[in-house]
Amino acid sequence: MYTYIIRRILMLFPVLFGVSIFIFIVMRIVPGDVAMTILGTDATPEALEQLRKDFGLNLPLYEQYFNWIGGVLTGDFGESMRTGQEVLPDILNRFKLTFELTFLSALISWFIAIPLGIIAAMKRNSNVDFGVRIISLLGVSVPNFALATVIILILALAFSYSPPVGYVGFFADPLKNLEIMIIPAVVLGTSMAGAVMRMTRSSILEILRQDFIRTIRAKGAKERIVIFQHALRNAMIPILTIIGLQIGTLLGGTVIIEQIFSLPGLGQLVLTSITQRDFIVVQGAVLFIAFVFVMINLLVDILYSYLDPRISYK
Amino acid sequence: MRQFIKRLRQDKVGLVGCIGVLVVVVIGLLAPIIAPYSPEQMFTKHTMEGPSGQFIFGTDEFGRDIFSRIVYGAQVSLKVGLIAVGIGATGGLFFGLIAGYLQGKVDQIIMRIMDVFFAFPDILLALTIVAVLGPSVTNTMIAIGIVFTPVFTRIVRGTVIGVKENEYITNAVAIGVSPIKIIFKHITPNIMAPFIVQITLGLSGAILTEAALSFLGLGVQPPDPSWGVMLDSSRAYMEFAPWTILFPTGAIVFTIFCFNLFGDSLRDILDPKLK
Repeated sequence: MYTYIIRRILMLFPVLFGVSIFIFIVMRIVPGDVAMTILGTDATPEALEQLRKDFGLNLPLYEQYFNWIGGVLTGDFGESMRTGQEVLPDILNRFKLTFELTFLSALISWFIAIPLGIIAAMKRNSNVDFGVRIISLLGVSVPNFALATVIILILALAFSYSPPVGYVGFFADPLKNLEIMIIPAVVLGTSMAGAVMRMTRSSILEILRQDFIRTIRAKGAKERIVIFQHALRNAMIPILTIIGLQIGTLLGGTVIIEQIFSLPGLGQLVLTSITQRDFIVVQGAVLFIAFVFVMINLLVDILYSYLDPRISYK
Repeated sequence: MRQFIKRLRQDKVGLVGCIGVLVVVVIGLLAPIIAPYSPEQMFTKHTMEGPSGQFIFGTDEFGRDIFSRIVYGAQVSLKVGLIAVGIGATGGLFFGLIAGYLQGKVDQIIMRIMDVFFAFPDILLALTIVAVLGPSVTNTMIAIGIVFTPVFTRIVRGTVIGVKENEYITNAVAIGVSPIKIIFKHITPNIMAPFIVQITLGLSGAILTEAALSFLGLGVQPPDPSWGVMLDSSRAYMEFAPWTILFPTGAIVFTIFCFNLFGDSLRDILDPKLK
């Protein structure tokens, strides 16, 4: 198993290297003069030249890349072209919010999806099953930004309540923090729950058809034992796959949700920097999100090999 | 085809999805006939009016008929969905066939490049590409197409590797049939089931991504009618004019729901292994 984990970690390096090159190139082919976009059309040629010099934009592309990636590897992501602030501390600071939002949303979605998926599988073709299938399909079909807007509308019209703006850390004021985070997390979590619910139902159904389950039942095991001790564990691989993929979707979803709820997270930073053309921040933040995404996938793969040891030997 | 229609008719849920998809397609195609007004026509004396006989879904802040904008929005969504999925599917078919058929180093190179794209959450990758290309309908389609290419590539490659093991392919190689002929005449027709299923599911994903990008102001640009743009521009006054939010939301949810119902049913019919 350890060999598998090490091999899997080694495979990350070429991917992350490719990701860094991709982001770097994409940010360099942005049409127009970045210096002029930042300083405006009435900037003097000297000021433009100075900005290009300050951010190394006058160097050959490969040199710019190596300077940037060298900095990234030593924890220096560069400075924002707009504010002059260091990029990494800003990313880390905002990531706390994004991480909390992603984590809460994932918890909410599992809390809704896994029990409902199990119940639907146990009561296959019943009204309960039909209801769960419709709910899950709706969950997959309602975009998070539409759900967020409708929830804000309902809260405003029915309860004259509008979600608080800004962010307070969990450890600074837990109640205030939960008040801020709960609605965005419910919105994101509900959007994710549909896919997990569908996968839980179909995976458990698949396992329940297997011979070993028939044997366990024939031995007189209680249904609870059959489901929770045998079926669920074996059904966890596809469920974990979808959870891994969905966490990535959640990370992406935070870009939209943070914007709607005015939460100063990493997603909002990416969006603001894109509209402001602050490409040093965009490339740093996008690289960071891709890194987190890749690490989550790694964690999911390691969990696979724990749940199904055959995977390590393949 | 006849068997496919017969099985679809037996699957009531899938049939509902199929009819829903057809309704959206017909609305999109017949938009100039169905919509009572032009999507950009402003009735300045009727701004933010609720649903009425004259404006069945009400009007927006510029006095534009919301029903007409939703009808034309279906056209935009379908156009973006079809072209974006077309780009992704063509790219995926090309790279997937090459990677799956040749395998070895070519496969390694193609799939490692695809892994790089898989390292980004979809919406983030689409956002980044649109940021480079600039916000517009065409660039939204290109961005979504690029985002979808790796998914199609992975599906096609996986299926090709499975199909290649069949004896009829080994025999074709043995009697000297050219690789191009093997790929297009013997392999491609046999990988179509999962490919078509992915196209249907990809359509709902593309429509959703377009709406999300437009909602963020990076997709279709106002005054063009897009459901995402409509949602974004009504947020400021939704408490006073909830119909401006509810109808576009309903249109998005209905369309995605029907595509998903149809896609699921198609998957069960065409690729029973995935059921």
